[in-house]
Amino acid sequence: MSRLKQIGDWFGARLQIGPAIRESMGHRVPSKSASWWYVFGSAALTVFILQVFTGILLAIIYVPSAAEAWNSLQYLNHSVTLGWFLRGVHGWGSNFMCALVLMHMCQVILFGAYKFPRELTWIVGVFLLLLTLGMAFTGQVLRFDQDAYWGLGIGASIVGRVPLIGAFMVHMLLGGPIIAGDTLSRFFAIHVFVIPGLLFGLLSLHLLMVLKLGINDWPMPGRIVRRSTYLKEYHELTQKDGVPFVPEAVWKDMFFSAMIIVSVMVCAVFFGPFGPSGYPDPTIIQTVPKPDFFFRWLYAMLALLPPGIETPLLLIGPVIGIGFLILLPFISGEGEKSWRRRPIAVVTLLLTAVSLGTFTQLASYSPWSPVMDGWSGDPVPVEYLNGRSPLERQGALVFQVKQCRNCHSIGGSGGKRGPELDRVATILTHDQLVRQVLQGGGNMPAYGKNLNPAEVTALISFLKTLHPPGRPPARDASQAAGQQAAANPGSDR
Amino acid sequence: MSSQPTEATERNTDGISRRDVFARIGLLLNGLAVAVLATPVVGYVLSPILRGERGRYKSWVSLGELDEFPEGQTRLAKFQNPISSTWDGDTDHIPCWVRRISGEQFQVFAINCAHLGCPVRWFAQSGLFMCPCHGGVYYQDGSRASGPPPRGLFEYAYKVENGKLLIETGQLPTLSTSAKLETGSRGCQG
Repeated sequence: MSRLKQIGDWFGARLQIGPAIRESMGHRVPSKSASWWYVFGSAALTVFILQVFTGILLAIIYVPSAAEAWNSLQYLNHSVTLGWFLRGVHGWGSNFMCALVLMHMCQVILFGAYKFPRELTWIVGVFLLLLTLGMAFTGQVLRFDQDAYWGLGIGASIVGRVPLIGAFMVHMLLGGPIIAGDTLSRFFAIHVFVIPGLLFGLLSLHLLMVLKLGINDWPMPGRIVRRSTYLKEYHELTQKDGVPFVPEAVWKDMFFSAMIIVSVMVCAVFFGPFGPSGYPDPTIIQTVPKPDFFFRWLYAMLALLPPGIETPLLLIGPVIGIGFLILLPFISGEGEKSWRRRPIAVVTLLLTAVSLGTFTQLASYSPWSPVMDGWSGDPVPVEYLNGRSPLERQGALVFQVKQCRNCHSIGGSGGKRGPELDRVATILTHDQLVRQVLQGGGNMPAYGKNLNPAEVTALISFLKTLHPPGRPPARDASQAAGQQAAANPGSDR
Repeated sequence: MSSQPTEATERNTDGISRRDVFARIGLLLNGLAVAVLATPVVGYVLSPILRGERGRYKSWVSLGELDEFPEGQTRLAKFQNPISSTWDGDTDHIPCWVRRISGEQFQVFAINCAHLGCPVRWFAQSGLFMCPCHGGVYYQDGSRASGPPPRGLFEYAYKVENGKLLIETGQLPTLSTSAKLETGSRGCQG
């Protein structure tokens, strides 16, 4: 035992870091801040370390070449011992890290922790969030499959919307004229060297400031942050009602981090690694690219934004959003910290969370996209054909063959791009149906050029059968008199 | 900036010592060295832009014999991107839609949706191109039919030579990187 102490002393005398470590470990935190609410940041750090290690382990097999990356991932999944597990841990670790960083951020907003004197800690945190998302995106690119290929196309198309220098930016993003070998190489460099390097640097700053400025005190309604008095008050609080960080607070961090690591591993074992999906050959166009979970909200927004404001919103939106986050501690650097007294902060946070959640949920079934095989894959329900006239059945065939089903569902299957048509006859009259089919409108293409008169007649007669039993079809009140007249001989339209 | 008395004797009237001057010269030399190093580094980093200047990314590529494209039909054609490398795998195999209107009258559309670049699919029966990503739809002549695209499909310039259909291509078309090379246009068209 004394031998061990001798060795320890030998290193201690040379490294001279013992006192600094003891001071960091023993630094006093407000006793109420030794809380389960304060564990997200340390858990995110833990997952980051996990990502670094699993990333290095994957890099000893992975081939960062557009020609070989996909094959090397298959090799990792199927041939390398436990390669699938490492890929699973790295992929799920990525999701957990994004989630933890976001939870950490929400907690910091709710607890007013970004206020004086922790403004810079917050700003560095904003960049850490952006870098984390940057890791998630570049990581998806390294999984060089069809989703990655077309995801890069979407990225290029977005930067291609930048005025004047758009073309330059596209070529810089891709490393050349098209998505190819140079593209993957540069994303590899960014994912493995550039962003991790920045993360290490900024994380160190972030942690250093947490140590030097002290962890945020538990917000109490009425305890107002003032620049002139806060530091003194905080010091008094830690002296009067403080506990040493180790072990009073750290055990919760350690429990939570351990639970997170176990969760990541459980997900990796039960759900397995992510992809790779289809082989990255752009001539295979039978693909429906989708981004990873934490970019689904963006995917949904890109489909739902009105075309007219899409470019300005795409280019200015992030600037405003990130600018707002950076300026937040200067907008409300003082005052109440407690969420009980900050309704605007709480409502803004909830609104943002609900919006992002809604967009993410929508993206899970993307109702804006035509179902590419709806016309060939979803049969017309039998009850829609039973007892129908030959003309009406012919119309059902036209309905399928002309790919109407790709955008319109009947009997619960088909696309959701346009309205479902199970009751269309109760909504549109004969003439309105004809007009809608031939001229389109309301986001529907015009089919006038691609349907001959016989097909139109058949299709409309089928559509007119689409109403619940016993419900009368729609009729045009203004023509009701005319239709009565039409029943009489001599009146012709 | 040392305050040792021996140093003080070397200070001139402005309070700047010889060593301060040397330190500044040292800083300047390092600055110069970095500047000299930075020039080639910047050139290296910007090579994706510089290599493609004045339309150098583009050239004429054959899509095959005219007979492969029946009149009145729209077919998928594939070509090898003129700029490519051996480590591209299959990513330099680019598809496009060829519509032969009649005779030597063609329209060659980029596969990439004008909205955000996803691969559009042709549906001959309804005469529509549909995009699987965000719901863009185009008519058979490439014009926008519905959905978020801000314009019609991107078109390549084409010509017919020795019974072959050639298109001018080479870069991923986006709203700022055109599919066809507009000769004599502004430089940033790339």
